Amino acid sequence: MSPWRDVRRRIVSRIFTGLCALAVLTALVPLAFVLFFVISQGISALDWHFLTQMPKPVGEPGGGMANAIVGTVMVTGIGALIAVPVGLVTGVYISEYGNTKLASMARFAADTLNGVPSIVIGVFVYGLVVLPVKHFSAFAGGVALGLMMIPIITRTTEELLKLVPSSLREGALALGASRRQAVFSVVVPAALPGILTGILLALARIAGETAPLLFTSFNNRFFSTSLGQPISTLTVQVFTYAISPYDDWHRQAWAGALVLVGIVFLCSLLSRIATARMERMTIG
Amino acid sequence: MTTNGRRAGSRRGEDTGFRLGTGLFAVLLITAVAGIGAALIWQSRLSIRQFGWSFWITDTWDPVSGQFGARPFIWGTLYSSILALIISTPVALGIAIYIAELSPHWLRRPLVFLTELLAAIPSIVYGLWGIFVLVPWMRTLELATPAWMKALPLFSGPPLGVGMLAAALILAVMVVPFSSSVAREVLKAVPVSQREGAYALGATRWEAIRMALFYGRTGIIGAILLGFGRALGETMAVTMVIGNNPQVSWSLYAPQYTMAAVLANEFTEAADELYLHALIEIGLVLFAITLVINVLSRLLIWSMGRPPKARHVPAATLASPEVA
Amino acid sequence: MMRTWTRFVVAAAVVAAGATLAAQTMQINGAGATFPYPIYSKWFSEYNKLHPTVQINYQSIGSGGGIRQVTNQTVFFGASDGPMTTEQLDAAPGAILHFPTVLGGVVPVYNLEGVNAELRFSGPVLADIFLGKITKWNDPAIARLNAGVNLPATDITVVHRSDGSGTNYIFVDFLSKVSPEFKKRVGVGTSVNWPAGVGGKGNEGVAGLVRQTPGAIGYVELIYALQTNISYGPVQNSAGKFVKATTASVTAAAAAAASVMPKDFRVSITNAPGDDAYPISSFTWLLLYENPKDKTQAKVMVDFVKWALTDGQRFCADLGYAPLPANVVQLEMAALQKIKL
Repeated sequence: MSPWRDVRRRIVSRIFTGLCALAVLTALVPLAFVLFFVISQGISALDWHFLTQMPKPVGEPGGGMANAIVGTVMVTGIGALIAVPVGLVTGVYISEYGNTKLASMARFAADTLNGVPSIVIGVFVYGLVVLPVKHFSAFAGGVALGLMMIPIITRTTEELLKLVPSSLREGALALGASRRQAVFSVVVPAALPGILTGILLALARIAGETAPLLFTSFNNRFFSTSLGQPISTLTVQVFTYAISPYDDWHRQAWAGALVLVGIVFLCSLLSRIATARMERMTIG
Repeated sequence: MTTNGRRAGSRRGEDTGFRLGTGLFAVLLITAVAGIGAALIWQSRLSIRQFGWSFWITDTWDPVSGQFGARPFIWGTLYSSILALIISTPVALGIAIYIAELSPHWLRRPLVFLTELLAAIPSIVYGLWGIFVLVPWMRTLELATPAWMKALPLFSGPPLGVGMLAAALILAVMVVPFSSSVAREVLKAVPVSQREGAYALGATRWEAIRMALFYGRTGIIGAILLGFGRALGETMAVTMVIGNNPQVSWSLYAPQYTMAAVLANEFTEAADELYLHALIEIGLVLFAITLVINVLSRLLIWSMGRPPKARHVPAATLASPEVA
Repeated sequence: MMRTWTRFVVAAAVVAAGATLAAQTMQINGAGATFPYPIYSKWFSEYNKLHPTVQINYQSIGSGGGIRQVTNQTVFFGASDGPMTTEQLDAAPGAILHFPTVLGGVVPVYNLEGVNAELRFSGPVLADIFLGKITKWNDPAIARLNAGVNLPATDITVVHRSDGSGTNYIFVDFLSKVSPEFKKRVGVGTSVNWPAGVGGKGNEGVAGLVRQTPGAIGYVELIYALQTNISYGPVQNSAGKFVKATTASVTAAAAAAASVMPKDFRVSITNAPGDDAYPISSFTWLLLYENPKDKTQAKVMVDFVKWALTDGQRFCADLGYAPLPANVVQLEMAALQKIKL
């Protein structure tokens, strides 16, 4: 082998590893741009009024998104109330009876549901909840978000239960515990921090969803905490304001986006801290 | 029967109860997914009956005369998603390789966090940024396009800003973290012995990486397909920048339409029964396409075998968008 | 001692009153047309100030959406810029009444650099432009209407609505009346299949595209043209006069129609007779069930409509809408009696 060829190989290696580093930078550029605009545009419109006031009628400047912030928290909460029990228990089933046909079907269903476009979930829930009761409602929005959240929690639970050392379960069973007791009193608690992290991340993701809410929780100009009434959410409100012709609404859309990113960022950060702590515990 | 046997029996009974109880939820989940498919078929029956398979290949979308064809929407969805993949795949792979193989250890976690932040930003925020920042940039770019380029079908049409290029770019940004995190996992799952063997034979760094990529090729294709599935169903950001005009065109500057976008725009507006059914059939088509893509990608990723995880909790898996 | 006690009772009474007040807050949901959204949101906000317990939540999802959702009874009332067709009325689970609320005009907007004069349009020319038959700004048909204007040879970019809308309805209703070919090839509806051009979502989307695209022509509601400072020109009416859209010329179109107003108020006033009438004008309607299920909501809604038709009309001018002619208001007041409370 000639030494030149070696040099060439080394240069090729340098170039390609360099390109990989460049790829990282390429991805960080849009991130920086998006965050820069959301923060710089959002901050100028974000004030106390924005957080505490209702939307004003068209043409009157000012007003805020207090109802939408409460709405986002509510609809996301309803989603979690639906998704956490279903997702958790299904995850337990899949990890406990992993080699049964039902378990692989459930796993497949979870993956499928995870891949269903959010707008299709919205269409489905419109037919399932909105049409029969003849009302757009916060509840319908919660169902749509819950459906999106279930597969995430199912798969997280399954993955994490698998990580719990089998000695723990065997010990419980040897002490005469039933399988139910072993799972719910020993195995699940051992994986709980991880599962909570997963739930937090799932919350962060569904809180930012718009498409499934367009025809379910709809929108509301007023403050509402009723489950049976349409409710405003940050995402739908930002959408409505973004495509409107009014400069003041554009300003508020940016502020809404900033609040939204803030919520999502906070959830991710919390879960990251929890994960890091848990990892240290497990390793140490 | 001895006392001991009876106790074992009751425990077995309790275990059966546990199995049935938890199994019920699994059945519930399966029913929900089957229900989505069934409901979409039932709610689009008028359109299915009227147009049959021609629905997929007809260009007309005319609510006045009741003629509906989904081809422009299917085209727009596939074209924008494939463009997004072409842009995002090299970047996503580069990131995966850098984080898994090249980066200094201390940089790994912050980089993972930053790429995941990219996935965590809500679609609507990308859309907002798209309308007010990206689209004006695109317009400037389109105005600056030289005439000989505009003569090509790929760049024809007036400089509108909104259109296929803006949509594909936004989609690419949104897809990168999905593909890269799965690809990263795949690379991690490549046995260390592979790389060690390569180095022992005198391979350069890049050659060892190439070998690892080759070893994990099915998983990597799966990762890319997973990103594709994401792009197909993405709604808000695309709706806000693609221009919403149902036409089949190769032009990157042309305003086009996607299946998800037409649902978001027209679902509440469809005043006639057939119109509504046609829209829901679009939802059904979208559901079917994403289902196929997702099944395919899962199969490929699974065929790689699950990465070894027993040693400690892999933070990256936990927080990766695939799970989260 | 006594005083503390009284204070306690008063405080309790205030709290109780507050609680019942909150409990009695009534929410009425409606959805539909985007064009009257600015004035509706103003009305509902003002009405809420007068009656703090009544919250009327109106979402502008498009005229087609208003018809769809009121038919499905997912909202209490709908709103539309195009009247419901007889088939649509038949499909609804109960009789639906139309109540005109305000008037608006749709204007052709354009972006033509170097042309400072106001361009004049006629129905047939607009129809041919939107059919894609006239493709250059210096086409003889346009030049004939605009003698003395130096028209460039720029390509025309047609911009239309991508979503179902009342603005669409009004515009294509007019074009179909003046151009048999347009009627045959495109027809009338809230969503139509445009033979040419690019689509923008909402009035804003169309205005934005036209403003940003040299050589573009589109159509928006008057208020959006005014708000975005975009050029729009006069249109030839049925009397052959070129009339620019103003609240006065739109009201003139309505006045001509008012004398022949049908009982159900479903009337098209595009291409209306009269020298001063602006030809692309329309009423916009609220859609209410004749025999609503929820009588308490119905009572409030009827009261609201009465208020909007009288006191509410004074908000029109500020927001670029034309108020209803007095005789139409009278007819509507009588028609409101039909709603079974």
